[in-house]
Amino acid sequence: MTRSSVSRRQFLGASGAALVAGLAGCSAGEGGTSTDTASSADTLKIGVLEDQSGNFALVGDPKAKASMLAIEEINANGGIDGMQIETFQRDPQSDNQRYQELTRTAINEENVDALWAGYSSATREAIRPIIDRNEQLYFYTTQYEGGVCDEFTFAVGPTARQQLGIVLPYLVEEFGPDIYTIAADYNFGQLSADWVKVLANENDANVLGEEFIPLSESSFGSTINRIQEQDPDFVMSMLVGANHTSFYEQKASAGLDVPIGTSTAMAQGYEHRRLDPPAMANIYAGVNYMEEVPTDSNTRDGGFVDRYYEMYPDAPYLNEEAETNYFSTYMYKQAVEQAGTTEQPEVIDALESGIELGTEEAPEAPEGETIRLDGATHHVDHHMWIMRADDEHNIEAVENRQIPETFLSETVGCNLPENPEQTQYTPVDYYEEAE
Amino acid sequence: MVNGINLALQFLDSFAFIVLAAAGLAIIFGIMGVINLAHGEFILIGAYTATLSVTQLGLPLVVAMVVGGLVTGLFGILTERVIISGAWPNWVSQRTLGRDIIEPLYDRLADSMVATFGLSLILTQGTRIAYGNSIDGLSTPFGPIEYGAFSYSTYRIVLAGVSIGLLLATYYLFTRTDFGMRARATIQDKETAQAMGVNTERMYMLTFGIGSALAGLTGALFAPVITMRPTLGDQFLVESFVAVVVGGPSVVLGTALSGGVLGAILAVFSNLYGTFIGRIALLVAALVALRFLPDGITGFIEQLQKRRQESE
Repeated sequence: MTRSSVSRRQFLGASGAALVAGLAGCSAGEGGTSTDTASSADTLKIGVLEDQSGNFALVGDPKAKASMLAIEEINANGGIDGMQIETFQRDPQSDNQRYQELTRTAINEENVDALWAGYSSATREAIRPIIDRNEQLYFYTTQYEGGVCDEFTFAVGPTARQQLGIVLPYLVEEFGPDIYTIAADYNFGQLSADWVKVLANENDANVLGEEFIPLSESSFGSTINRIQEQDPDFVMSMLVGANHTSFYEQKASAGLDVPIGTSTAMAQGYEHRRLDPPAMANIYAGVNYMEEVPTDSNTRDGGFVDRYYEMYPDAPYLNEEAETNYFSTYMYKQAVEQAGTTEQPEVIDALESGIELGTEEAPEAPEGETIRLDGATHHVDHHMWIMRADDEHNIEAVENRQIPETFLSETVGCNLPENPEQTQYTPVDYYEEAE
Repeated sequence: MVNGINLALQFLDSFAFIVLAAAGLAIIFGIMGVINLAHGEFILIGAYTATLSVTQLGLPLVVAMVVGGLVTGLFGILTERVIISGAWPNWVSQRTLGRDIIEPLYDRLADSMVATFGLSLILTQGTRIAYGNSIDGLSTPFGPIEYGAFSYSTYRIVLAGVSIGLLLATYYLFTRTDFGMRARATIQDKETAQAMGVNTERMYMLTFGIGSALAGLTGALFAPVITMRPTLGDQFLVESFVAVVVGGPSVVLGTALSGGVLGAILAVFSNLYGTFIGRIALLVAALVALRFLPDGITGFIEQLQKRRQESE
């Protein structure tokens, strides 16, 4: 059995090579060069699995678009080391089982050289075992709760410690120490709420109460009443997905005007564009990127925002995760060129050497200044912003600075080049107050 | 600890949501024996029509809501003629193939579920293709009312009033009008009704249209408080099916009673223990009801009445 299948594959390979040789002969006129690696030598394949339908379509679709923008730009400028990028792009429809099937297809049948996949943390955890088993280079680009120390995963979105870490101290200083937390009821929301407790403790604030809300819930009357009962100085909201967006409309119509800090609203689902004012008034988002972030790359003619809308004139918004997909594709390009190969172990080594964007030779990082990939943790030292919406939903940047990833690097001591592992660490393991 | 007014408003809110979500479904199921799995998408049509009427055509909100209901009603009639009864495809096939190609789906529960499930997929994806993953929403009218440390959306209270009004109107339509009498005759005994000169075909078509219009009106009424997206019907589906199951065979009374019972359960549990527990309590209530009242609340009431009559 085995022998016959091998020989058949050899036969197919040989005849394929002969065909390529024939074609090359035809087109090039004076005889092709070495042909049996012709097709693999000048292309590489990138897998892009992002939600374009289902519960996360609104936030996932811009990711797919931005990946394609980066790929098209790179291809137009001569590709990666002369290799044109092919894509394997599918819509997993916000369905984790579908994600698992498509991830297997991307790795085993399409032999992708690198994979971008997944919006939610639940999705990432559903496909990470498949990725680790196949030793697949994987980019997870959503902002997330943090803590993934995995030799094959590059979690290049900002973490809770980076996002909440910029917005929470600011709100404590502006409005007072009493916090009420509302969060989506799955691993992202639960762990983010733990981070609120850790950060509250570090900033002499206290969490009066917290509520976890199922992703399917869209009525928030009792939640709003409970917030009013506790009367906090501000609310931390880590609500996720289209259903939860109703909260902002409902709290406005119920007259709840407490300031809200968030790592999830506006930058991803552009609620400030979709909802009628003043639903998002007084909301402070801690983000690495929004279309409104006043960087040179965003505001310049022909900059990132312009190029995106040139390629997708009908796109509603360029969101936080789209930027992460975009710049991480360029990080991958740099790593492949540095490694001189698409072999995944070598590319991972190159990524771990610490790729930087925003420098002379590397293209821009639209979130601002230079950003650096931390080789030890596979996370990015992001440029973080606090973006506030006013009564008319105008967005202004109230604060910005570089925030390195510190939980994995300093608290956990994750060092993947020295000590390869595949763990997600949680704040509960390291902080009493998170329990 | 529990603020009494909070609880009362929560109850009104849950009651309105359940009644409005279930009314159209209950009519179509109760009268035609058709389980409409596209009910959520009918709500979607109403919500999108109303929202787009305001944002694109500049209609006043109230008018836009009526338009949402009417458009959905017409779409329901189209659905009934094409898919449920197959009258229009059969009219064509009679003239081309010389035979019917669609057997009407009345009282064929499983078949109607499959057909309407297909319709729901088409409507969801069609909306996504036509309008993208989201459209701009409407703001909620009326603002809040305030009491002590609390405040509540006035519009939500208005919704409760509207749901009661709709129940009364439906009750009146089906019990006090000529149309209602014919419709009920059609449910009770189709053949006899036909023999008495009732056009049962037409009754089915209009009933489906009315049920659909109610679903569309529900979508239009909730449009200002929910996120506009192609899958928005999902959030109504659980409540509506639970309400119909718990309510039982009597359409109006069943919907009102199950709205009251389930609304109270939802309000108390989500107020005391959070939205998650509220959800669980609702589903447990449905389980208990299914186990002990297999014919729903009104089925149970009918049984009691029958038993009393027998014992007399």
